[in-house]
Amino acid sequence: MADVNEEVYVIPEIDTKGLEKEFPLSKPGFGAGGKTNEWRLLRPVINYEKCIKCLICWIDCPEATITRGKDNSVAINYDYCKGCGVCANECPTKAIEMVKED
Amino acid sequence: MLLRDVKFEEKWLPGNAACPGCGLSLGLRLLTKAIEKPVVVIPASCASVVQGAWPKSSASFPLLNIAMAGAGAAASGIANAYEMLGKEGTVVAWAGDGGTADIGLQALSGAAERGENIIFVMYDNEAYMNTGIQRSSSTPHGAWTTTTPEGKREFKKDVAAIMLVHNLEYVATASVSYPVDFIEKLKKAEAHKGTKFIQLYSPCPPGWRLDASKTIEVGKLAVETGAWILYEYENGKLTISPISSRFREKKARRPLIDYLSLQGRFAGISQQDIAKLEAEIDRKWEFLSKFE
Amino acid sequence: MAVSVMTGSRSVATAVKLAKPEVIAAYPVTPQTEIVEDIATFIKNKELNAKFIKVDSEHSAMSALIGASSAGARTFTATASQGLMYMAEVVHWAAHARLPIVMAVATRALASPWSILNDHTDFLVQHSSGWIQIMCENNQEALDTTLQAFKIAEKREVMLPVMVGLDGFILTHTSMPVDVPDPDLIDSFLGKRMAPFALDPDNPLTFGNVVDDKYFMEMRYKMFESMQNAKRVIKEVSEAYAKLTGRSYGLVECYQCDDAEHVIVTMGAASGDAKVAASMLRKEGIKAGVLRLRVIRPFPKEDIVEALANRKTVSIVERDLSAGIGNILAHEIKSALYDAGAKVFVKSFIAGLGGRDILPEDFVNAVKSAASGKKGDEWIRLNLG
Repeated sequence: MADVNEEVYVIPEIDTKGLEKEFPLSKPGFGAGGKTNEWRLLRPVINYEKCIKCLICWIDCPEATITRGKDNSVAINYDYCKGCGVCANECPTKAIEMVKED
Repeated sequence: MLLRDVKFEEKWLPGNAACPGCGLSLGLRLLTKAIEKPVVVIPASCASVVQGAWPKSSASFPLLNIAMAGAGAAASGIANAYEMLGKEGTVVAWAGDGGTADIGLQALSGAAERGENIIFVMYDNEAYMNTGIQRSSSTPHGAWTTTTPEGKREFKKDVAAIMLVHNLEYVATASVSYPVDFIEKLKKAEAHKGTKFIQLYSPCPPGWRLDASKTIEVGKLAVETGAWILYEYENGKLTISPISSRFREKKARRPLIDYLSLQGRFAGISQQDIAKLEAEIDRKWEFLSKFE
Repeated sequence: MAVSVMTGSRSVATAVKLAKPEVIAAYPVTPQTEIVEDIATFIKNKELNAKFIKVDSEHSAMSALIGASSAGARTFTATASQGLMYMAEVVHWAAHARLPIVMAVATRALASPWSILNDHTDFLVQHSSGWIQIMCENNQEALDTTLQAFKIAEKREVMLPVMVGLDGFILTHTSMPVDVPDPDLIDSFLGKRMAPFALDPDNPLTFGNVVDDKYFMEMRYKMFESMQNAKRVIKEVSEAYAKLTGRSYGLVECYQCDDAEHVIVTMGAASGDAKVAASMLRKEGIKAGVLRLRVIRPFPKEDIVEALANRKTVSIVERDLSAGIGNILAHEIKSALYDAGAKVFVKSFIAGLGGRDILPEDFVNAVKSAASGKKGDEWIRLNLG
């Protein structure tokens, strides 16, 4: 098992002094496209016994919802994972299974 | 560069508005892994929308949205301003095939001719996806789109070749299916002077009628069938990238049908059109060999 | 200060040199060309330290400045006619992005058929673009207004781009004495641009991503408010400038208006002829004056009403056409007067399209026609024979 490594996300605090209420400016943040986990029909589940920490699922994730830990362990950020299944399709050891959401 | 050397940090944030399996979303994420301080210009395209809605953005890097024809020019303006103001950053124009090959070609050519210090990435999903899958000049022959219901009759415009004859220091093709190769090419581009151009193969699951999980797989098949050729043109010399050089010989390539059959956009393609596509692949390899 | 004899183009270029923008981008189009040629020469001679991006089109010129201005630079461009039309998409974009870009427009008729000669249709069809628009009467004013434009645009309570209009050929290619302010004086007047936000890797903001229907309208309202603020700021900037140079300009100029019963309304270089006409009319015993529209956006409704409401007649002479209705500004002026409950007789005259002369006698005839009570728009010097 591994936890989502929240430290990888770079989100600086920006004081816009309310400028965004007047000018078309936006600040970086999670979920700018909404709660994208709600789109998910299939849920990727990692079988850590099969995982060889090759990082392929991590680099191929279009969403940055697979985070990389210091020991190269990977974890899925289920708050925003859209369930595309790229990770499962590319995993060389078939360590990721796409499971139906309830 | 090895995969484990790619940095941990993520500046393209989760919860963006891209469709599941989006090639361009992966591309933008990889951009932030290659370039330390990207200052990005995005003309009208899917990339305008996937950022998400005000007052939030999925981009944790400075990003300027601009009208569809303006990417090359707006990037030029930032690069000049940064130089005058002594600001640090790598200016990147990130445009779709429409914003590059069609409406954006003039501004790109102008920037290239002037030698503006920018990296221009054409993320090529081979049609106007944001407006609902209409054909672009970068759509391949035979492909279904909403404006080519019979399959496109014309062939794909070769934008990388157009940029190559602008005599740029660095032109490359890349694919989101080969992330490390793309990251290395971006880093190389950043080290060169003037305008740098990279055409990035970016699958679009909804537009290509492709299962969302097949984004990487289809890109690998494009390379393995010879349909997408990875190369670099650096200081006047063209080199086929090692990933593609294995498929130089026709007999080493997988049958094209393996690539086409994965995608619903080619579902109705005729044998004659497949033959034409195969001939086009041979022509392209032959064309590139002249620059080696 | 030093008085030199120079063209309107040189006046604008000289103002740009004094304002020290960091980035200029332009594409040549008659009759704007000499402005950008002069700027290129100033840069070559090291009189101006700026990047001049010689772009592939006007669309690229404005797109480049949107980039440069978003990065925090002071920016300038110039165009005309077809160029302004080609640029139009990003003209609106620049205003909506709230970027303090300054642009000179050497007014010229729109094709087809081709004409390189003057009228104001190109300038006026941009009246809903969100730009502040100021139209100059002479070369001195072109220099002064271009300088003031940077100050107005960059004010925090405005943050809108400014379009400075000058009549193609009539001003751009005609020499007049122009008083050029001392560079140190202008440095103290303008200073460096202080952008409240800019593209910055340490503060990574996204500029202009999608805003849904919950807030788009509020952003436009804020822009509308800023445009209203501009009325005050334009006057304040003019006063500050007057302290340095002795020259001040209002939103409108009222010439011999005090006791005038009949007022001519016009704008740009032809205002000089209108003033001559007013004096000619007064010699005949007709009490005439001239209201010169200087600021078109924000529309100086209050000043116009004050100047026109209590006259016997108003003769609006414009060198522009909105086919299907007539003059472009006449209807705005009438609407302002209607809102104020004014009962003044207003008559509209379409004149000077595609370089057609407008002479003092034309203004004289216009006033006489209005005074006679003859209703309906008239075309001046129209010859269908």
